[in-house]
Amino acid sequence: MSEVSSKYVLQTVGFDARFPNTNQTRNCFQNYTDYFKCISAKGEDYAPCKQFKKAYHSLCPNEWISKFDDQRDNGTFPASLEP
Amino acid sequence: MINYLTYLTTIFNDASEPWQLGFQDSAAPGFTGIVTLHNTIGFYLIVISFSVFWVIMSVIYYYSSSKNPIAYKYLTHGTVLELVWTITPALILIAIAFPSFRLLYLMDEVISPTLTIKVVGHQWYWSYEYSDFITDSGDSIDFDSYMIPESDLELGQFRLLDVDNRLIVPVDCHIRLIITGSDVLHSFAVPSLGLKLDAVPGRLNQVSFLAERSGTFYGQCSEICGVWHGFMPIVVEAVSSPDFIVWLDSAS
Ligand SMILES: [Cu+2]
Repeated sequence: MSEVSSKYVLQTVGFDARFPNTNQTRNCFQNYTDYFKCISAKGEDYAPCKQFKKAYHSLCPNEWISKFDDQRDNGTFPASLEP
Repeated sequence: MINYLTYLTTIFNDASEPWQLGFQDSAAPGFTGIVTLHNTIGFYLIVISFSVFWVIMSVIYYYSSSKNPIAYKYLTHGTVLELVWTITPALILIAIAFPSFRLLYLMDEVISPTLTIKVVGHQWYWSYEYSDFITDSGDSIDFDSYMIPESDLELGQFRLLDVDNRLIVPVDCHIRLIITGSDVLHSFAVPSLGLKLDAVPGRLNQVSFLAERSGTFYGQCSEICGVWHGFMPIVVEAVSSPDFIVWLDSAS
């Protein structure tokens, strides 16, 4: 079989012991808030923050992400994003 | 030669067929476990049914009022008998519970997934999002999957079952599905892969599965969700990992 090269790496966010159940709603939300807490503390270019971004993109439906983004813009996001 | 080989090739049953009573062929370890548990319990169910009916029929036959007119005088109470018919079913239930729970927790386990796919149920179609490979521009691969209407069916396609855009997954990879609904309750079900999970608005449900062989697996929405509930089928196509990468490159 010939080697297939791709710009993509088959990799996703792993198991998280804080969310061992079928219900992963909080896993998505936690990673979203953690990302924005992380970048407000360390700045947008701080590499370790990227992990949270990857996680919430993998777990949150796109519709939810845009809704959260809107809420952040309007200041109605239901959690503190201060570090 | 090719003809000869096709006789040896197994054709798997991966879609429901008219008047089908049995299971579809398994394509995932989870579903193989479910079928095995079902068959094992089914065997003991037949054994138990035969013995219970045998006892009942014997009692009716030997203790009928014509044959045994005063049986009630001596058969009003039997401690040993009552203990036996209380404890035996309890033991049987325990014997069923152990393999059942073992399978339940095995299937619950999310074993280091290689891929996360988000499944969103809508009135009345499914949409799929592959967001593991987010590029810097923020694009994710997402598409809607609508049933092909009867008028557009091509030869060999399944009526009420085929869709325009299939959910493509790599074979032999642990895949995590994040399932949710965007309007009302739906349920994502694919029998051959042993999947059935409710799509609940505002909640993310997680399942993991592994496709053991390449193939096309069919399923349907399994929670009544409105007038076109019966017209939002699910098609999962399992392909080899290199083919999956090729598809990914073409899809983005
Ligand atoms: Cu539905």
